[in-house]
Amino acid sequence: MGLFDKFQGLAAARGELEKLGVDPFGVEIERILSPTEGIIHGRRTVLAGTNNYLGLTFDPDCIAAAKRALDTEGTGTTGSRMANGSYANHRKLERELAAFYEMRDAIVFSTGYQANLGLLSGLMGPDDVVLLDADCHASIYDGCRLAGAEVIRFRHNNVEDLAKRMRRLGPRAADTLIVIEGIYSMLGDRAPLREIVEVKRELGGYLLVDEAHSVGVLGDRGRGLVEEMDVLADADFIVGTFSKSLGGAGGFCVSNLPALDLVRYSSRPYIFTASPSPATIASTRQALVKLEAGRDLRARLRVNYERLHSALEAMGYTLGAPPSPVIAVVLGERNEALQFWKRLVEHGVYVNLMLPPATPNGVSLIRCSVSAAHSSEQIDAVCRAFSDLRSAAGIVAAELGTG
Amino acid sequence: MTGDITLDYPQILAEICAELATLTQGRVEVGEDTDLLGDLGLDSLQVMNLMLQIEDRFDISIPVNILPDVKTVRDLAMQIDNLLRAR
Repeated sequence: MGLFDKFQGLAAARGELEKLGVDPFGVEIERILSPTEGIIHGRRTVLAGTNNYLGLTFDPDCIAAAKRALDTEGTGTTGSRMANGSYANHRKLERELAAFYEMRDAIVFSTGYQANLGLLSGLMGPDDVVLLDADCHASIYDGCRLAGAEVIRFRHNNVEDLAKRMRRLGPRAADTLIVIEGIYSMLGDRAPLREIVEVKRELGGYLLVDEAHSVGVLGDRGRGLVEEMDVLADADFIVGTFSKSLGGAGGFCVSNLPALDLVRYSSRPYIFTASPSPATIASTRQALVKLEAGRDLRARLRVNYERLHSALEAMGYTLGAPPSPVIAVVLGERNEALQFWKRLVEHGVYVNLMLPPATPNGVSLIRCSVSAAHSSEQIDAVCRAFSDLRSAAGIVAAELGTG
Repeated sequence: MTGDITLDYPQILAEICAELATLTQGRVEVGEDTDLLGDLGLDSLQVMNLMLQIEDRFDISIPVNILPDVKTVRDLAMQIDNLLRAR
């Protein structure tokens, strides 16, 4: 078995994409113009696949804060916090995140992926059990793997299934970590959080809620599904990212449990990574202020996603979930999805293409993420593209011989 | 079927084959040497979803961690045998 033999499957799959003239995983945004617009293939394109839910990437105050930090603190920290020291602003951001959630403390990680990787691998060990919602993000699976913990999946959003699996664990259930997400990234559906909290209250265990796609989006102050469902006190750990609503890069975990501070010493992804750069920390701190006060942004976001959702539904598209900023259009067949995605880009609309096995149940998805920064005209343009393709959908299917 | 710890290996094997038969709908002959990925063409996610079914069939927890050691139906049957004995 040669070193590169394992790539044969991948090479074949990519060759197939080249033959079809579609490159969904190598898109170059030649120029970024605003949170919601860029140049792709020389064409002005509405960006509707960015996770930029509040549109803060071009916020003047966030940019000014980042520039000031660049000038005063330099371009990078050149090391990990454990070995090379924390900057005062790393700790300030952690205290601000803890205060935001009214929790004891927070840890900042260098990426959102690393927040799950770092927390789970630091917290869990080979003798521990993690109960994962089957649709949890790859970073959660990878964190459990790095921990060497025993991983048990339960059927997506199925509270009965969770309870059944908890009961099977017997006395071990009391120390199990249940991991769920506020909004799931593929279909845009929410966790039945209150019911899950009930299971935890009855059978024990700890609860980790990954609010990557719901921070800034749900809840009056933007604290996510835990706030919207009023169960903040039942979440033992909340994980989130700076790279979506907060418009930066990085991730965090907050908790009321004193042991969180010890996770720093056991988390290899925390110990052996350079800390976030001063500019990133500065823009994130500013963005957090905007996010918390951003009821107007959340209201605008909601208007936008509800409009797109109802328009797509009216066109007869099958959608993955009730309205949320993640709107997944379910397309069954892979090649149909590829062609569809390509035509959307040709229509000046950039969205995400998601194929199995990254998707649940083997479906192919066209995934839109809506922003508060989308203008009414931009939402119109997205609707128009989908509508044009709806009438052309039969033609696409016929060309592929699937019609 | 739930919670029966008296199951012996041939019975476990038969149960797994029955579960796989519903998945393959008879298109592939399933036996001890059947490779879950190679012969049945399952991807990693489909294998994990198959485990959910099998967990319920035997009323046990099968950690996702054991999957790297499971290539064939025999591997799976032996893992389940071990898990049932360990209870």
